[in-house]
Amino acid sequence: MSGSLRGAASIVGIGLTDFGELPGRSKMEIMAEAVDLALKDAGLTLDQVDGVFGADFAEAMQGLYMAEYLGLHPKYIDGTNIGGSAFVNFLQSAASAIQAGLCEVALIAYGSNARSAGRGGRGPGPVMYETVYKPRQPINSYALAASRHMYEFGTTREQLAEVAVAARKWAQLNPKAVERDDITVDDVLNARPVVDPLTVRDCCLVTDAGSALIMVSTDRAKDFPKKPVHLLGVATETTHSQIACMADLTRTAVADAAPRAMEMAGITLDDVDVVELYDAFTINTVLFLEDMGFCPKGEGGNFVSGGHIAPGGGLPVNTNGGGLSCVHPGMYGMFLTIEAVEQLRGQAGHRQIDGAEIALCNGNGGLLSSQVTAVLGADGTL
Amino acid sequence: MTESGNELPAGAGPDAIYAAGLAAGEFKIQKCGGCGEHVFYPRQLCTHCGSADLGWVTASGNGTVHATSVVRQRPEAGDHYNIALVDLEEGPRMMSRVVDIPADQVKIGDPVTAFIGEIDGEQVILFRPAGDGS
Repeated sequence: MSGSLRGAASIVGIGLTDFGELPGRSKMEIMAEAVDLALKDAGLTLDQVDGVFGADFAEAMQGLYMAEYLGLHPKYIDGTNIGGSAFVNFLQSAASAIQAGLCEVALIAYGSNARSAGRGGRGPGPVMYETVYKPRQPINSYALAASRHMYEFGTTREQLAEVAVAARKWAQLNPKAVERDDITVDDVLNARPVVDPLTVRDCCLVTDAGSALIMVSTDRAKDFPKKPVHLLGVATETTHSQIACMADLTRTAVADAAPRAMEMAGITLDDVDVVELYDAFTINTVLFLEDMGFCPKGEGGNFVSGGHIAPGGGLPVNTNGGGLSCVHPGMYGMFLTIEAVEQLRGQAGHRQIDGAEIALCNGNGGLLSSQVTAVLGADGTL
Repeated sequence: MTESGNELPAGAGPDAIYAAGLAAGEFKIQKCGGCGEHVFYPRQLCTHCGSADLGWVTASGNGTVHATSVVRQRPEAGDHYNIALVDLEEGPRMMSRVVDIPADQVKIGDPVTAFIGEIDGEQVILFRPAGDGS
């Protein structure tokens, strides 16, 4: 086992702000000043940074905030918060990413006004520029994206409802799914409005659930009791944190992440047997299928209609019933991955896609902010 | 530093300068001395070119509704209200509310004008249909 990062990566720039008390400065401002200094020290410019690493005690998604604050769309992002050791841990993850060719210029940064925050320092960070209006998040951001998709492409409420109906039909084939009663397009349209244009049936469930998976090297994987499922490709793209900073509300970072993941896997869309994507809201499925390339931009509403992504349709999507009808315990990403594994092992029961060998998975994070596409393959696809 | 700068500590950053401007009745956004682009929300470095040379200008207040939604509430919680994204004519996009018309009558593409209003006692930039009451 090689397992070595020795000689994989080196530090070429550093930046330090003044220390002590920095009254009237937000922690993001202090962070960005240090970034500017480090870039100058290295003779680099901000647009050359393609990997972002950061953590903060108060912000659950500091990596996203940092990237948005700096106007970056990183290909590699790590916001793992394991306490004060996080920034040494980032040396490991940054070197691993650089060694693997996933990013070239890694930015590790931190800013804090821990001393002066209570005395003229600014507290909550950039989120305050949206929370002051009391949007009902996260649904509000997705509702805004839906309004824009309807305006630009003529997508209808009925077409969004078709996503929820298809998910329910898959859920009815899955004994573990939480919501399995029949629903119709009219049921979705007539459900309680939450944030127009979306109703409660356009929204994922709120459930309890646990999930876990184990990965080992592919060399070792053949020695385990169950047939292995291989990671063939994976790619990340981040465009923003808050919805007002999403440059194009109808084009998500999937349009960048999915082609890179498929290139790494050496596959095309024609090879995909099943799609598992993060359907927190009905608009997600429309956006992600378009951005993966299954249909041209703007035609997603039509693509998901008429049962095309439901059981027996042309493209199996969210075969467990998805976040809309199967399970959604706040962070759904692992549940879609595990459904892909069940399909590729051939153990998905009544919802099994015959001969499924390639699954295209997409995790969505934040407010359409970060997208991670993974290609999983059944044993024999390597 | 600004007209209202007497409340700001020396070296105050963009968030504090923006808040002081708002308190003084001004809607200020940043303009980059490096590339000329405008920036909102307030930043330390330009999101277009990375320059630290960000100055302040008063926003024209002219904008266009880019996306719109209506937050529905139970009657006892208060009225439904609009949440919109507005493209400022200087370029940046911001979240806000369009008021003075029913929340569900706000349409994408509508021209709107900024004013300083209040939500729960906090001063905020709001928008109303252009040409109304300005």
